Amino acid sequence: MLKLSWIYTLLGLFVLYAALLNLRERRWSMATFWAILACPFLFGDLILAASSAGTRWPAQAMGVGVLGLGVMAARGGLGMASDDAAAQAARRTWAQRLGNRLFVPALAIPLVTLLLVLAGPYLRWGGVPLIEDRQSTLTALGLACVIAFGAALRVTRVPVATGLGEGRRLLDALGWAALLPMLLATLGSVFATTGVGDAITALVGALIPTQSALACLIAFALGMVLFTVIMGNAFAAFPVLMAGVGLPLLVQQHGAAPAILGSIGMLTGYCGTLLTPMAANFNIVPAVLLELPDQYGVIRVQWPTALALLVVNFLLMWWLVF
Amino acid sequence: MNYWPLLGVATVVAGFVLRLNPVLVVVLAGVVSGLAAGMGLGDLLAMLGDAFVGNRALLLMVMTLPVIGLLEHCGLRERARDWIASFRGLTLTRFLLSYLGLRQVLSMLGLTNVAGHAQTVRPLVAPMSQAAAERTTGTLPAAARHRVDAMAAATDNVGLFFGEDVFIALGAVLLIQGFYAQNGIELEPLTIALWALPTAIAAFVIHALRIARFQRRLEREARAAQSATTADTREPAC
Repeated sequence: MLKLSWIYTLLGLFVLYAALLNLRERRWSMATFWAILACPFLFGDLILAASSAGTRWPAQAMGVGVLGLGVMAARGGLGMASDDAAAQAARRTWAQRLGNRLFVPALAIPLVTLLLVLAGPYLRWGGVPLIEDRQSTLTALGLACVIAFGAALRVTRVPVATGLGEGRRLLDALGWAALLPMLLATLGSVFATTGVGDAITALVGALIPTQSALACLIAFALGMVLFTVIMGNAFAAFPVLMAGVGLPLLVQQHGAAPAILGSIGMLTGYCGTLLTPMAANFNIVPAVLLELPDQYGVIRVQWPTALALLVVNFLLMWWLVF
Repeated sequence: MNYWPLLGVATVVAGFVLRLNPVLVVVLAGVVSGLAAGMGLGDLLAMLGDAFVGNRALLLMVMTLPVIGLLEHCGLRERARDWIASFRGLTLTRFLLSYLGLRQVLSMLGLTNVAGHAQTVRPLVAPMSQAAAERTTGTLPAAARHRVDAMAAATDNVGLFFGEDVFIALGAVLLIQGFYAQNGIELEPLTIALWALPTAIAAFVIHALRIARFQRRLEREARAAQSATTADTREPAC
């Protein structure tokens, strides 16, 4: 049975490979950075198992590693290596020779993922499902990447080392931006554990005139957006704002329809996701991937859509929930 | 009520205002918020480590990098541009609208990881968008190309966000249902999902209008640049 943990191991080995190449080129901080990042993928299950068994030092060591990543990221640079004319000409030649065959491995990632997700429940080997049910989409994506890599090697006939080296080039170029989504989610967990949400709820409750349904709805909508902007994730904002404003004030006191409030309230939070650098995987990572000179380039083109949708969502809630 | 953990939020805001490295800001904010909540160093480190490992699924996009890197080395982006440029009648608006619609429908079916910035935007959608834009504007200057790339990424985000809530078995809807269930309100996931449809449609319409305006603006800028160069013919063309 294929498990997500196998994909994680593979990913960990690739990150470790990037660390070793950097070590060989004497780029010490880059090498250390990737070596630390390989740990949650190579030893993640062991760390979690140790924690739930009461042994705390593995998780604490990982915590020290997180602090180390923070310090190293602050010193490291970022950005794609510049492109020279010879490489451009070589790529043109490749493109002309291979033509549309180049699309096959690229499209294999989404198509094989799709196929595995759809066919997954029916793929069995001696009664055992071929792909583990838990987080099967992620397993399917990982597997699709492996298959697509094989297809890419076949189509282009370049050595495996070249392929992995090109992957490492992209990883180095992403640098700390690759890590940011994972760290932000970590911060979300930390905020939840330390009671940041409860404190905000108490503040909002003390500040708004609760007898007005409109004031409560405005506080709810703006709270969803603001909290999402701060946390980078509407999922983190939702329970906080629902527990503080949505449920006690809007649903219980003013009789709002819970299904509509929940659904459109969450989508109001998504408008905040479009606005914030904290949602790094959607807003900062693509800016780096696309080599935009401005880190906030993606946010700059999408904020008008976000604000217009925010207004639409607010009006929809105002008309529909009461 | 202990308000001190809010210092973590303040750290985040201050860090971004001061334009410090985001990774450093996030790590600092975690430490500040933990210490402010009265946690010991051992607990704090263990919490950071556990949470970091628990969220590792977010780095799965790294799996796509060897494939994308290898194909780009062999001219994938150049081929994507040439291929789109060979379609007559394909404009930036038509191309990005098709992608937006496709992305929304796929997300509605729960297929959120099928496309994405690493999987599809960088290798395919961005170069194709440039080629589609240049069909009506001629060769774009670098700054305009960056804006086209950014618009391609934004289109992916809008399509993903405002499609996925319509799918019942995905995070958002289950989170909403789970929250209400904990508080004694039983809801069918389907009723929650259906109320995401009006916003999904509004998102498509609003973003479609913006893409169309964006294309017109690119064309206007291109015409202005062209008339500026033809007016001043003494400048050598290069």
